Amino acid sequence: MGLLYGLIAVGLALIFGLMDVVNFAHGEFLMIAMYVSFFLFAFFAIDPLLSAPLVAAALFVFGAVVYLLIVRFAMRAKANAGMVQIFSTFGLAIVMRGLAQFFFTPDYRSIPQSWLGGKTISVAGIFLPEPQLVGALVSILAFAGLYFFIHRTDFGRALEATREDPGAVALVGIDKNRVFALGWGLGAALVGLAGAIMAVFFYIYPDVGASFALIAYVTVALGGFGSVFGAFAGGIIVGLVEAVTALVLPPSLKSVGIYAVYLLVVFIRPRGLFGSM
Amino acid sequence: MDKNFAARRRRDLIIAAVLAGLAALAPLFVKDVYVQNILILTLMYAALSQSWNILSGYCGQISLGHALYFGIGAYTTELLFTKFGVLPWFGMLGGGMIAAVIAMGLGYPFFRLRGHYFVIATIVIAEIGLLLFQNWEWAGAAMGITIPIRGDSWLKFQFLRTKLPYFYFALGLCCLAWFVTWWLEDSKWGFWWRAVKDNPEAAESLGVVVFNSKMGAAAVSAFLVAIGGAFYAQFLAYIDPESVMGFQFSLLMALPAVLGGIGTLWGPVLGAAILIPMTELTRSYIGGSGRGVDLIVYGALIVAISLALPQGLVSLFSRSKAKSQVKGATR
Repeated sequence: MGLLYGLIAVGLALIFGLMDVVNFAHGEFLMIAMYVSFFLFAFFAIDPLLSAPLVAAALFVFGAVVYLLIVRFAMRAKANAGMVQIFSTFGLAIVMRGLAQFFFTPDYRSIPQSWLGGKTISVAGIFLPEPQLVGALVSILAFAGLYFFIHRTDFGRALEATREDPGAVALVGIDKNRVFALGWGLGAALVGLAGAIMAVFFYIYPDVGASFALIAYVTVALGGFGSVFGAFAGGIIVGLVEAVTALVLPPSLKSVGIYAVYLLVVFIRPRGLFGSM
Repeated sequence: MDKNFAARRRRDLIIAAVLAGLAALAPLFVKDVYVQNILILTLMYAALSQSWNILSGYCGQISLGHALYFGIGAYTTELLFTKFGVLPWFGMLGGGMIAAVIAMGLGYPFFRLRGHYFVIATIVIAEIGLLLFQNWEWAGAAMGITIPIRGDSWLKFQFLRTKLPYFYFALGLCCLAWFVTWWLEDSKWGFWWRAVKDNPEAAESLGVVVFNSKMGAAAVSAFLVAIGGAFYAQFLAYIDPESVMGFQFSLLMALPAVLGGIGTLWGPVLGAAILIPMTELTRSYIGGSGRGVDLIVYGALIVAISLALPQGLVSLFSRSKAKSQVKGATR
């Protein structure tokens, strides 16, 4: 579970941390991904595991379009930049929820039979549910890929440079909007991946994103803004803390542990664990 | 003191008095209960947003966890009223004071945080409060509290036959929040806050105690919001954790100020006057289908306004004025 939080969070970390933009519609990106996965299953009988790359591709396009249509303008605001970003993406989140209700109705849906659903596997005597296990594997692969991508490729360097100084970047011939649109696409694609896996073992409904969004913010902040590795570590910590709290406190209070750990960490280290900002 | 500034403040006070007077006469013409309801909510959100604006607008500490103080106001009042029979008026003041104390207690660790870390911490603390109240059996847990009817009087702050007293109280609260903001704008606190918002290091070096001024802003802001919460609880006669402490309240308090103009005297009132009727009308006229069209319209308007007018609607009125102020400041 922690690794999946990590995967949701790392998409957000990319947008939030590396580009220093607040995305309050991140949970809704996840919701859309889950619906895409659901409909691919319902209409074309494509198993969520196979359709995951398709979902990620769809979300990539979606993320880039959102950047070009909305966020680009929000980042241009000279006054109250933070508030403009918060509220334009929050407005977008409301629109997306409304659209989901309109087209998909507020009914709860689930993917009844998939290759992985409900199966468990026993590792050294411990039974693990298969979907979560595959999710964890995919997450680790995605993290490794992203880490490589950010730190070893030209695109990753361009992304970081653009955040540092858009003006100077323009001088060496990098188009800021192209880099950021790709960054948003990539962030959304990662959420798409997470959504495709989660569609197997979660109910899908228009408000599903809200319950994960806050945990994703907390995960990113816990790990520290500007650090992909931080989001990964944050995800694992959040997953562990949630599991431990669920043992000690009633299940309805399980998030309290996560929030308390976040507060504790930032009081001791106001930049998050691995944050650079 | 700059002459322009003093003149502007006098003019603001006169405009506010005239507007309040006109608003007080509104019930003579508006007999429809539904419309009265919208007016009451508009005034309440104007008051809440004005209070939020003190901490987040003037002092620059963006809080998205003010629902916590709103809920504390509501719960203090109703727990005292239903369990111990304490009159809502005392509960209201008590709730305000508890909220202010909690705000300062939280401020102690919170104000070390900056930017996103601070915003997320405020969201998280309100969320913890929500979860605790949802699991607190004595306080009704997730079921909430239904406020018993004890008669129709100002003493018990319950009115069964007419909504007008609620209207006048909301108007009074709105005027109070506005007046406090107006008064603070020209006090040493107001100047400190703006200095802290613009550049905390520079403010500190000029002798502003940054930490104390943030604490002051947090306390005033939380106190007023909690009074609003107490009012809302009496007005609805029913509270549950989600409906007084949910995250949406933190956003609904912030939205009018942001749309109207954050950190300005008139922003919250203007924002609330436009946003709240719009919300209610879209909800009742297009929301009936239950298919989310109201959400689409509402969300799209928020996106449009926040992108088109990053400084809020106030900037439409005061473009020329803002320029003359800048001149005055640089002189």
